[in-house]
This record gives sequence, structure tokens and C-alpha cells, in this order.
Amino acid sequence: MSEILILNGRVVDPASGTDGPRDVLVRDGRIAAVEMSGGLAGVAGSIAKENQLDVAGMVVAPGLIDIHVHLREPGQTHKETIRTGTEAAAAGGFTTVVAMPNTTPVNDSVKSLRWILDAARGPVVKLLAMPAATFGSLGCEITDFHELVKAGAVGFTDDGRPVLEDEVMRAALVAAAGLGVPVSQHAEDTRLTAGCSMNAGRVAFRLGLRGMPVEAEARIVERDLRLLREIERVERVRPHLHVQHVSTSRALHEIRRAKAEGLHVTCEAAPHHFTLTDEAIGDYDTNAKMNPPLRAEADRHALIEGLLDGTVDCIATDHAPHASWEKEVEFERAANGITGLETALGLALRVLHREHGMPLSRVIALMSAHPAEVIGLKDRGNLRVGSWADVVVFDAAAEWSFTVGESRSKSKNTPFDGAAMVGRVRATICEGRVVYRAAP
Amino acid sequence: MTERAKRAATREAGADLLSVTPADCSAYAAGSLLSVEHLSVADVAEILAMTARLERMDAAQWARVLLGRTVALLFYESSTRTRTSFELAAKSLGATTTLVSDKSSSIEKGESLKDTGLTLRALGAEAIILRHPSSGAASLLARVTGLPVLNAGDGMHQHPSQALLDLRTILLRQGRDASTVDAKTLDGITVVITGDILHSRVARSNAMLLPRLGARVVLCGPPELLPESALGLGTGIEIERDFDRALARADVVMMLRIQKERLAGFDLNLAEFIERYQLSAERLAAIAPHVLVMHPGPIIRGLEITGEVADGAQSAIEQQVSQGLAIRRAVLVRALGVKA
Repeated sequence: MSEILILNGRVVDPASGTDGPRDVLVRDGRIAAVEMSGGLAGVAGSIAKENQLDVAGMVVAPGLIDIHVHLREPGQTHKETIRTGTEAAAAGGFTTVVAMPNTTPVNDSVKSLRWILDAARGPVVKLLAMPAATFGSLGCEITDFHELVKAGAVGFTDDGRPVLEDEVMRAALVAAAGLGVPVSQHAEDTRLTAGCSMNAGRVAFRLGLRGMPVEAEARIVERDLRLLREIERVERVRPHLHVQHVSTSRALHEIRRAKAEGLHVTCEAAPHHFTLTDEAIGDYDTNAKMNPPLRAEADRHALIEGLLDGTVDCIATDHAPHASWEKEVEFERAANGITGLETALGLALRVLHREHGMPLSRVIALMSAHPAEVIGLKDRGNLRVGSWADVVVFDAAAEWSFTVGESRSKSKNTPFDGAAMVGRVRATICEGRVVYRAAP
Repeated sequence: MTERAKRAATREAGADLLSVTPADCSAYAAGSLLSVEHLSVADVAEILAMTARLERMDAAQWARVLLGRTVALLFYESSTRTRTSFELAAKSLGATTTLVSDKSSSIEKGESLKDTGLTLRALGAEAIILRHPSSGAASLLARVTGLPVLNAGDGMHQHPSQALLDLRTILLRQGRDASTVDAKTLDGITVVITGDILHSRVARSNAMLLPRLGARVVLCGPPELLPESALGLGTGIEIERDFDRALARADVVMMLRIQKERLAGFDLNLAEFIERYQLSAERLAAIAPHVLVMHPGPIIRGLEITGEVADGAQSAIEQQVSQGLAIRRAVLVRALGVKA
């Protein structure tokens, strides 16, 4: 029997509405008790001192869940491995991450899914995966959703590219509906973005770069919502569409309307999209290049509005590590994406909580209970007795600046080196194991 | 605040590139010429003064200015005027030059821009003149080599020495003192830039330089080649779609070639373009009989401009080429930190 006692913290558990001083008892990987301070005094005597964490002044929350990460294994281990990526996750307060399928080869089979989820890969936090929606993510033929869900798939996506063909997307939505998992769409009409490397607009014009219009995102979202309506009407099933990394006011507007209409649509926002605009590219900084691209200030504000009013369901990082030599090239040729696991909480607390007044429990919900709900996790993302003991302990008031040199990720491609953060992770516990502890 | 934190803060403040602070250029070696955005009006005046000083020297004096210095020309795109004038300018000043082009080097084997730059540096290049099809390539090369880099055209972004030589040509043709400028030098002057603005680094460079010296810049072309976002280049810029109306106000008209190599798929109705935007002798005589006609070249006779106009008395096209030599001598001397 292994036990950990987390004492004197402020427990914020959005799922149960708890926000106050509580002690938490962890036993055999599960939450065993959450009691008012002093309520667990009886068991304290039987727990070794090194397993008693006094976290006075700290927030104790459900471990964070990131439903959108690129861990690059198999095939791209020069960028990241499941080990290094999940170590970065633990340092960022995450206890569950969902790996995207655009590895080499693409994760589109039960065999590859099992290989990724095998304990031999050495993940330090809970690793889940969304396999490809179509074979090779080529957008032609959907994968074996049934067998993949049996093997642990929590959704399907061709992330990095969209499922572009109407009929293929329709088939994916119908197949996923029967299995109760979402189809996660990278909403980009690639017919409008060929050769583009940033957001369309004044900054792109000035830099002489071809720009991706906001319509490229909105058009796919509109098409997918139309498919949802048709499928509900004709097939009598209720598919779940999850829109990845929403970046434009236009797409958010469509999602807000669809939610009001009652369609099962969820979406995520990435910290870089609610923190930065396309001005951050400056003098061709490839660490500000990702897809979808950083947008204009009006889009950034719309995203923050969407997070505040609940249109955006969760925060996801789109953690996308790349080696320095893949970024230290001409802007148009540089790889898309930035790392994000270790900066997500600090940016969310700074931008949403401090600058825009979002209650702390809402920020935590956006990073734990809500993403758990999107992928149907019941015993994670909350501190209910019996749930997995996935816990993050952080100093909500700490102000610090991120130093990429200290990152656990194998790659250092971030625009947030030196950026101000609010809230610092002190410890991360996954299934009752301490997987990260900040230096005192 | 550390430099790193400052950069991070600048990124988030949505720092306006039009007001680039010296700190933003600190990543580049002094003497680099990457974008007209990095040049203050005083820098422009200094380059013009240097050009004038060099012009007063004779060939024998020139040959000593950069004697023993080494300059590399790195060309990833074809070029006649720019390459030849940079090369002749460097040679006339006594420098040793070497030309590397993408078609006859290890670039063909996949060597990166960074490694190519580091190789040239290791071979003794003290400055690199770069032409490249990707916007921002010159900034990248300057960052990774730490050498002064002269941007001889990067994608659709900038061609700063072209804007400087255009400026000097305008000053000379208007009978002004071409050895200095200030923020009012071009007060009352309207420069119309016409044609394929979208793909033109020359248009961006001129539109961002000339208004800071007092000129009014009018951009003219169809929406496919001139999106509204062009107004973001800065103040003192406007869009006029009607060429005749623009021309009627012009003191200077710059015509641009349609860059077929960058059109990337969209079909332009050339007959309609010619009808609306070609600078013909008839149009010139009827609307702007005194306007100064400029073109950065290469010109496509019969498309954006007729041969008659290109060869006519109002044309400054050949003078632009020869001013290119003069300006490029000055920016080379500046890049290598020599007092002349």
C-alpha cells in the first residue's frame, strides 16, 4: 500500500465545485479522501514523513490534461520522444496527454497504437492517443475505428491536415458517433492556403509572405457543422465534432451558433493563440510560426471572449517540438509549430486569470475537467474519491519568466523564452506517483 | 530587464515594425542593409553623402578603398542588373569578389542557407550580398553568420539598395542636391507605383522609404495585384485603382513587371491589364507629359510599358541602372566599415 498525504493546500476541484482548504489522501494511485484541514489527522501518523507534502499557500488541483500534443515517436525522435515529451508535460503540471498521429509512420493501425501506448515507451504521465482518421492521414479512407477504440483510441484526427473530402468526413463522423468518441478536425481548407506561411493581413503584406485567410478555417468548420446537422437528421446518430486549435473569430462564431443549436461540437484553444498576434513574427522569427498561424488582435480577443463565455471548451497546447535546424531556415521553409507543455499554465493564468479576470477554478476546469469530458474520461480531471490520483500542486501567485534552456522537452522551439508567466508548478502527481517536483 | 525578456515583451506588445528600435537591429552586424525599415533618415542621408563623395573620386582612388577586402555574392535567383552592379561596384573599389549561385554550388546538393553562409564566412568573406526567393532570407543569413549582409532582394519583401538608387535618381532628375535628405526633402512630390505591387519587393521598399522623406506614394493596380493590406506598409501611402487618375497627380511614375514566376496559380487577364495599366506614349502625352518614368527592370516591352516610353525622353530607366552602381559602392563601403 502506497500513500501520499497532501496537507494544508487550497484544493480547487471544478468537477465537485470545491475551492477551499482541504487535505488530500492518495492511496494506491487513487484519491482516497479529501477532507477539511485536520480531518485526516488520524491517518497521518501511519504515513511516512517523506510521503506527507505540506503545501501551505499552494493550489492543489486535478492534474492537467492536454488533448493535443505531438510526441514525435515513432520516427521523429530527433525532435522528441514519448519519454522527453511526457517529462515536459509533468513539469508543466500535466498528468494526461493525448498524442497526435502524425508520426513516422502515421499512427493509423492497432499495431502502431499499441506500440505507442506500450509501457516500454516510458511515459512518465498517462499517455493516450488519437489515431489517424484516415489511412496515412491521406484523407481518402477511414481507419478501423472500432478496433482502434477497443485498443484505446480516444478519438480520431488527421491533425496537421484536414479531412477535406465531404464524404470521408461524413463517414468518419458516423463511425465515431457509434463509438462515442470525437472526430478532431484540423480546420484548414488547404485549397486556400497553399504556399502560405502566416496569417493573411497587413503584417504578411509587409513581410512579403503569403497569408492564410481566416476563411480557410471557417469554411471547414462550416462544412463540418453542416455534416453534423445532416447526419443527425438522416442517420439518427449524434456525432461529436471537436475543432482543434480554433484561431479565428469567424470559426468561433460558427461554433457558438452550433452549440446554441444543440449540435455536439466542442473546441480547444492554444495558449499562443490567446497570447500572441502575427506581430510576434517580428523579423521572421520562425518560433512564431505554427499552423493555424498567429492571427490578428481582433481574433485574439475573440478567442479570449470565447474562453470567458464557454464557447471554447478547453485549452490544448498543440505542443509541436522541432529541432533547431528545422527552424533555423527560411521562414517559408521552416517547420510549423512550437513547444507548449511547460508554458501553458503560466500563460493561461497570466492572460486569462490575471489580465481578464477569469476565476482560477475556471482556468483549471479548462485544463482538466473540460478536456477530460471532451475525450470521455470519467476518473481523471477531478479529485473525486476513487478517481486516479492525478494532481498538480502550484503556486498560483508566483510570477516568473520562462527559460527555454531549462525545458525538459528535447526541442527548444518556443516564442516564450523570457516571457512572463503567472503560476508555477511545484509538484505533479500521476496515478499516485510524484512525477515532477520543482527545486525548492 | 534582460535582452531576452525585452524581446519577449516586444513580441507581445505587438511592436510596430515601422518603428524598429536600434535594439531590434542589434542582432545584425553594423553595416547590414536588410530592409529600408532599419534605416533612419540620417542613415539614408549618410549613404547619399557617401555616394556623392565616392562619385568625386577617380578610378585609381576607388581601387584603394576596399583593397584586400573580400565580398561574396550569393545568388539564389537570376539577376542581371543587381548582380552585375554589385560585382562591378565591389571590383571597382578593389575588393575581391566571389560569386556563388544556387545552380553551380552545393546548394544544389541540399546545403542550407545557414551552412552556405558559414562556409563563405570561413573562406574569408567579410560581407555577403544575398539574393534569395524567400522573404526574410537576408535577415536569417545576417543572424546566423554575424556578417554584414546586403539584401539584394529577398522574395517579395525588400530590395533596399533599389529604393536608395531610385531615390538618388529622383533627386538628380529633379535637379536637387543628391548628397543629402531630410524628412521634408520630397514634400509635395507624388510617386505613383503601378502594377504588380503584391509580388514586388521594389514597391515595398520604395513605399516604405519615400514617405519618410516627405513624398506621397500612390499605389495603383488591380485588387489581385494590390490588396488593401498594402496600406499597412505605413503612413503617406494610398491606393488608387484608376491609373489615369493616379497618373494625373504624379511627379514620378514607377512601373513594375508582372512577376509571372510568383503568380502562383491565379490567372490574370493580360489584355485587360494592358488596357487599364500599361504606360503607353498616348497615355503619357495625354495625362502626364512631364512625369518622370521609372522602372526597376527587367521591363517587358509591350506589357506594363511600351518600348517607346521606355526609350523616351521622360524615361530614367538607364539612369537608374547607372545610379545602382553608385549607390552599391556606397553601401559596400558602409558594410565593410571603411571611411571614404
